[in-house]
Amino acid sequence: MEAIIFNPKEKRRSGPVIFSEYKRGDAIRKILTMSREDILFELKDSKLKGRGGAGFPTSTKWMLTAAAKSDKKFIVCNADEGEPGTFKDRVLLSEYPELVFDGMVIGGYTIGAQQGILYLRGEYEYLLKPLEDYLEEMRKDNLLGNNILGKEGFNFDIYIVLGSGAYVCGEETALIESLEGHRGEPRNRPPYPINTGYLGKPTCVNNVETLCAVTHIVMKGGSWFAKFGTDKSTGSKLFSVSGDCEKPGVYELPWGTKVSELLELVGAKNTKAVQIGGASGICIPKSQFDRTIAYEDIPTGGSIIIFNESRDMLHVLKNFMEFFVEESCGQCTPCRIGNYKLLEGVEMIERGEYTFSYINKLKDLGRTMQVTSKCGLGQSSPNPFISILENFRDEIFNRPNGGRNGR
Amino acid sequence: MEDKTTMRAPVSQKPHIIPKPEHPEYIGGSITVEINEKKITVPFGTTILEACRQNQIHIPTLCYHEDLCIAGVCRVCVVEVEGMRTLQASCAFPITAPIKIKTASPAVRKARKHILDLILSEHYGECYSCFRNNNCELQTLAKEYGVDHYNFGHIKSPRYEVDNSSYSVVRDMDKCVLCKRCVRTCIDLQEVGVLEAINRGHETHIGTFFDKPLAEVICINCGQCINRCPTAALRANDPRDEIWAAIDDPTKHVVIQTAPSPRAAIGEEFGLEPGKSFTGELNTALRRIGFDKVFDTNFTADLTIFEEGTELILRLYKALVKKEPVALPQFTSCSPGWVKYLEHFYPDYIDNLSTAKSPQQMFGALIKTYYAKKMNIDPANIVSVAVMPCSAKKFECNRPEMNSSGYKDVDYGLTTRELAQMLKESGIYLPEMPKSDFDDPFGDASGAGLIFGATGGVMEAALRTIIEFVTGKKVEDVFANAEIIPVRGFEGIRYAELPITEVGEVPELIKHLVPDWNWLKGVTLKVAVAHGTANAKKVMEDIKAGGRFSQCHFIEFMACPGGCIGGGGQPIPTSPEIRKMRAKAIYDEDNSLPIRKSHENRHVTDIYKEFLTDGPCGHLSHKLLHTHYVKRGKYIA
Repeated sequence: MEAIIFNPKEKRRSGPVIFSEYKRGDAIRKILTMSREDILFELKDSKLKGRGGAGFPTSTKWMLTAAAKSDKKFIVCNADEGEPGTFKDRVLLSEYPELVFDGMVIGGYTIGAQQGILYLRGEYEYLLKPLEDYLEEMRKDNLLGNNILGKEGFNFDIYIVLGSGAYVCGEETALIESLEGHRGEPRNRPPYPINTGYLGKPTCVNNVETLCAVTHIVMKGGSWFAKFGTDKSTGSKLFSVSGDCEKPGVYELPWGTKVSELLELVGAKNTKAVQIGGASGICIPKSQFDRTIAYEDIPTGGSIIIFNESRDMLHVLKNFMEFFVEESCGQCTPCRIGNYKLLEGVEMIERGEYTFSYINKLKDLGRTMQVTSKCGLGQSSPNPFISILENFRDEIFNRPNGGRNGR
Repeated sequence: MEDKTTMRAPVSQKPHIIPKPEHPEYIGGSITVEINEKKITVPFGTTILEACRQNQIHIPTLCYHEDLCIAGVCRVCVVEVEGMRTLQASCAFPITAPIKIKTASPAVRKARKHILDLILSEHYGECYSCFRNNNCELQTLAKEYGVDHYNFGHIKSPRYEVDNSSYSVVRDMDKCVLCKRCVRTCIDLQEVGVLEAINRGHETHIGTFFDKPLAEVICINCGQCINRCPTAALRANDPRDEIWAAIDDPTKHVVIQTAPSPRAAIGEEFGLEPGKSFTGELNTALRRIGFDKVFDTNFTADLTIFEEGTELILRLYKALVKKEPVALPQFTSCSPGWVKYLEHFYPDYIDNLSTAKSPQQMFGALIKTYYAKKMNIDPANIVSVAVMPCSAKKFECNRPEMNSSGYKDVDYGLTTRELAQMLKESGIYLPEMPKSDFDDPFGDASGAGLIFGATGGVMEAALRTIIEFVTGKKVEDVFANAEIIPVRGFEGIRYAELPITEVGEVPELIKHLVPDWNWLKGVTLKVAVAHGTANAKKVMEDIKAGGRFSQCHFIEFMACPGGCIGGGGQPIPTSPEIRKMRAKAIYDEDNSLPIRKSHENRHVTDIYKEFLTDGPCGHLSHKLLHTHYVKRGKYIA
């Protein structure tokens, strides 16, 4: 297994795809000779899927936005990295801004947008100044602005908008509402942003890592990218590894890596559970560590949280549920009240004041939340409740202190 | 109000409108979908909910309201669409493909039950101690889904303070289900924007700017939010206890005036279909529950036509003859919601507002002066109640300047809903009451005063009189049956022009103010009507920009969609259809009256002979019947 994390001497990381060599502006120079269709075909060949977590094929999204008729279009980079345990975008933005911004320029060129917007997580405010300086440098080099690199009519610029700290604004329609100056609340879909996005115009929202991948795909070709990973999950993935391990950090690994391989790589010992995909992902026990991380098995936006034997899984669950109760936008009923009810259930178990029938009722409620919530937050927030209670049943319901010991 | 393209609400609360094809019968114009295994063809872009309603398939809703844009937040209306992972909110889902829909599958029924359970778990209080008992959409849904116990518990203690700071609207957020209808009403239907969701997640609640009390923000008191609240989270500030106390106090002489709109709608509170007025029945009922005298607000509506009409003539005379600067167009001032809207949003235009008080306040001032003297009653012992379709009237009667009689001109504003409650408490079933007339000395009023209740009514009433005063001709000769159709209807903004080609004699009553009408000859009178403050805003912006409406002479503004018949004190629910029926009731009643013009109301001409002897806009009428306004602005200290 080859993956080298941040090497302080070189100040560069290395990895097969994202962390491979790239020089600023190269991809922009290359697309000057390419048609929009060429880029879309390369993307299609690469089978790249959105890296934010949902895994929507990027080529389809770009094709639809490119096909939408409008006087104005926007490409938005979603850098509202808020999923607990995710910090890969921060690394990309602070160490590889050229990949992100060149990817946005490529996107603008391909879909016909003249304006790019980087929606930066509020907590990353310290990155605002360096990133804006970086954009200014790009403008000086004519990598942004009018007639980019001398190409007539190739106008594109980027500005940065700072979020205000709401997790839900990572959801693309809530992000767009926030951009427009409203409360960050997800919109009804349809319509999708590709038709009706920012200011009602076609808008393509991409994750930071997706745009970085696009830059490499343009340079090295879609088939090169598709060589990595598995059949349905091509390329590599950045993993933000945290928790009980010796070497936490950002790792670039090909899709299809087994959980156990990853654990070994990061020096995780006595691991009891791994939460894959952040708070809204799933939690797997030891018995499932041979599963693979890929769209075929466990898809993820890249957050890996490792828990060793010393951790109390009920507390882990409580922490996640408290997060969702706080971070729900409060708009739709199932998410606003449902998460609160699930948290109440966790507290009941903690106190030992519960019946199994009520806990089962809550699991059933969780399944309703998965299908009735307005956006992905409420649709995925019951995941930890359901998966942790099912996978760690023995531990949770046989708690020594206050537990009902299975009665 | 019908125009949904200029909405101010965030996109998350806007419907996805797909323009309906002009010819749905052409290929591609309509789509055949399968709803519950039945094939149904609908125009492209119809929402699932619309398609179902058109085909008698019932889908429960809570956050959906016909007047408002789509929020899609309660999730009660979810349905199953084949091939989609999640259930879809039918109110927000436009049909653009031949999909298969199930509206009552096991998954859908379970989901709806769960959502209701969740809402009920946080809905504080009990139905039997709630004023919306039997008229609550949440209660109806709970019944529909057979909720017989609280599956996920029930909140035991209140979470919020009741905000009863406002004279008009009381907010009890413990009853709120966060459907956001009030938010959408305020920001989108009315474009006032006082209410919005505050905080996040489980802490979300509807609040005002910095959660200030309602009385300290720019609420215009229109009460449209009350009419659209599905539960008891919003209500009017209820003065019933004080009124009962006054009625039961033998030293008090309690009089009541009734506006036309409550009479046209109160039947709905007794379970009847909208569209019938109960004027005579209500008079009897009010006497039976203990009011000493029952008067018709239309009397002062007729008086308003004299005062406001004379004021208009004086303004026009100043502008056209004396060439002096004067604020034109003149705006009507009958709607207290509109008045406060203007004071907050366009304070620079308060000079355009007619200084004439609203009919309610004129009546108040006359009752405690003219009537008190005539009947030899100490005004201090008179309690004056006004039945209004309106929540803003409660604020209006409490405005500090409304005491020109030396006392509080009107003591209590009572809504249609509250009056119905008083009647019910007294064991009165209104439709069974015998009919009786209004009391003297004000007697029965004209049809012109009556139609004040519908949008365009004030304008029509004014025109009926102005046409006859100026041209000397009968209105009936100009407009068939005296129905001035151009100003009628429910279109948000209406505009009409009336060329004055010939003039007659100046009537005796105002001869001392204008010597003749020759200066009006050849003038085209331009008038406009707007209802709902969103439409008022459009007109005001046009005036600010110097557009067509700045050239108008007289503009009628009503704060509420549909005018007073759609007021914030009217029976719940409301919908475009219901408002249409109420307006019809009013116009039907106007048609049936012998006197249909304000200047033919002999009680009004009498009062100018007996009491207001220096005529319309004279000294005494200025003291009693006119008022002034406050430049409030949007920033309240």
